[in-house]
Amino acid sequence: MQIDAPHHTRDTPRKRDSVVQCSGREVLEGHLMEVDEVMCFPRLSRVAVCGGTHGNELSGVYLVRELLKAEKKVKKKKEEEDEEPVSVQLVLSNPRAMQQCRRYVDTDLNRCFTHAALNGSPSDSDPYEMIRSRELNAMLGPKGSPKAMDLVCDLHNTTANMGLCFIAYSDSDWVCLHLFRHLQRRIPDIPMRYIHFNVARKESYSLDSVGKHGFAMEIGPQPHGVVRSNIYTAMKVGVQHVLEWVHFFNSGTVFEGGLVEVFTMVKHIDYPRDKETHNITAAIHPQLQDRDFCLLRPEDALFQTFSGETLRYKGKEPLYPFFVNECAYYEKGIALSLARKRQVMIPSIRVQTEQEQQANERGFKSEEEE
Amino acid sequence: MSFSGSASFAEATRVAIFGGTHGNEMSGVTLVNLWMKNKEEIQRKRVDTEPFITNPRAVEKCTRYVDTDLNRAFTPENLSAPGGDDLPYEVQRAQEINRIFGPKGSPEAYDVIFDLHNTTSNMGCTLILESSKDLFNLQMMNYIKKAIAPASCLVLLNEHPLLKYSTSRSVAKHPVGLEVGPQPQGVLRSNIFEAMRVILKHALDFIELFNEGMEFPPCTVEVFRVLERIDYPRDNNGNIIAMVHPNLQDGDWEPLNPGDPMFQTFDGKTIHYQGSSTVYPTFINEAAYYEKQQAFVTTRRETLVASAIRKA
Repeated sequence: MQIDAPHHTRDTPRKRDSVVQCSGREVLEGHLMEVDEVMCFPRLSRVAVCGGTHGNELSGVYLVRELLKAEKKVKKKKEEEDEEPVSVQLVLSNPRAMQQCRRYVDTDLNRCFTHAALNGSPSDSDPYEMIRSRELNAMLGPKGSPKAMDLVCDLHNTTANMGLCFIAYSDSDWVCLHLFRHLQRRIPDIPMRYIHFNVARKESYSLDSVGKHGFAMEIGPQPHGVVRSNIYTAMKVGVQHVLEWVHFFNSGTVFEGGLVEVFTMVKHIDYPRDKETHNITAAIHPQLQDRDFCLLRPEDALFQTFSGETLRYKGKEPLYPFFVNECAYYEKGIALSLARKRQVMIPSIRVQTEQEQQANERGFKSEEEE
Repeated sequence: MSFSGSASFAEATRVAIFGGTHGNEMSGVTLVNLWMKNKEEIQRKRVDTEPFITNPRAVEKCTRYVDTDLNRAFTPENLSAPGGDDLPYEVQRAQEINRIFGPKGSPEAYDVIFDLHNTTSNMGCTLILESSKDLFNLQMMNYIKKAIAPASCLVLLNEHPLLKYSTSRSVAKHPVGLEVGPQPQGVLRSNIFEAMRVILKHALDFIELFNEGMEFPPCTVEVFRVLERIDYPRDNNGNIIAMVHPNLQDGDWEPLNPGDPMFQTFDGKTIHYQGSSTVYPTFINEAAYYEKQQAFVTTRRETLVASAIRKA
């Protein structure tokens, strides 16, 4: 394929890792662009893999511990193979919660990464997790700056029967979408979905939003406080393939575009509750239990009350349920979440060459000088 | 006149159902809360059943316990310990429960206490028996098993001198543990909840029939007797270095033979069961037992014989 001279696109000034349009044509909305265009991104030199963001989600806890043990061996091997090795930062995000095998100590760490939370003035009475989120932001960010990790992969478990899910804020982060596609193809025996939370970047609240690219890898079903060997193995293989993809990407592989199925979050539904005590008065209906990502149609069973009555879905639009009966969401008022299924066209991508990267940087400098 | 070979017991009129002994085991919490609001379902003509939340603070925080495991707290030392408010919360609770439903070992103690639990293990419905000589309980368990057939309800006998523990239900003359799984902590699964409810219905029916004067003929009851506790392999710092093997995971009550896979290290190596004979494992991968150094317990199958019983 003929590669024309790079042409700089004018991204929002905030983004330092600009996308270089290799074919010389204008970048259009993802689903309108022509399939033979290849979008180029800077190297993913710094990757973080985080476990224990919730201290009782044990696959990630044990996996990161094991990876830390093996770290020396891995680094040495990479140095022998690559000229510029990928640096993989392994993080145990919430050590105090891990020690107590609880989701959190004071407050949910994975909601403490909004810009407001990270940049607010610290105080002595701050919850532990607020203090920790600022430490993690210093280590892996700062969020929104050029120093931030290129990719953050945050490991989670759920009690819901969700298989392996990527959870991301964007449905146009081509790096994350290509990563997902790669895993889907490499691990066909694990059901895999890409969940898109349509939250504006400036309101993003989770740990993975600290990196330039980021996603949560959520695997279930697994009870909190338990490690199931099949779930652990799925996570281990998932992370291996993520790092493998990064390596291929950095080595110049062109990843062909195409369609990816994405589930975009639409709304949550809470349990029916007692007006006085706020206790739940029904459980997820047996016909819905464990049926994440099975289409929920109007009038389908949702809940079964303790007196045996079936409560039905009253929405007009058939949607896809997920996080069905996730333990940690009872207190957040969520019995299940609902998503719309869409096909997203992703472009082909590859890493910027050094020449392109330098031209890119010169372009930025000259923009700044202007 | 008493029938020869028949054991007689006083009418079992004082019965309690405990929920929330572990505050995050949701079936029992939910059932007891339901029945505290409306006792109709658990009422019988000749049985007065009291639903009771044993560990309200743990229930409120949706945690197993606040200071210490309530279901290990009913030791003689704890029950007689002085110190009042300075004692750990669960020890105070144990003393309170012993006052209301005991005293343990005395004639005033409640006749029967059902203690409701959930487990992350794939144990299905399990009745827990604390003494192989408790004829009343054996007959009740036989009745329940027959009533729910073809659905299954197995009986776990924990009479092991070292592994037996001081449960909340042990305050009663006839303590009955009811463990239903698999269910994650903090989660309420509809099928698990309904299964527990049905078992309790049959249990109360049995007591009602007994109190009405029905004689229950001799029966045999298959039980699984606890043999030993097997811990996870750990390193020198006490950290777990292997997980329950995929072949064993969810295999509660199925034979584990010498040489069968038991654990899988984090880098994929298999550790095999080294026992000398086939055992029946249960409580496989129970969340709460990681800190109690237990990956699973082994049991052996036994058939117990219970003589006929009737009320005195």
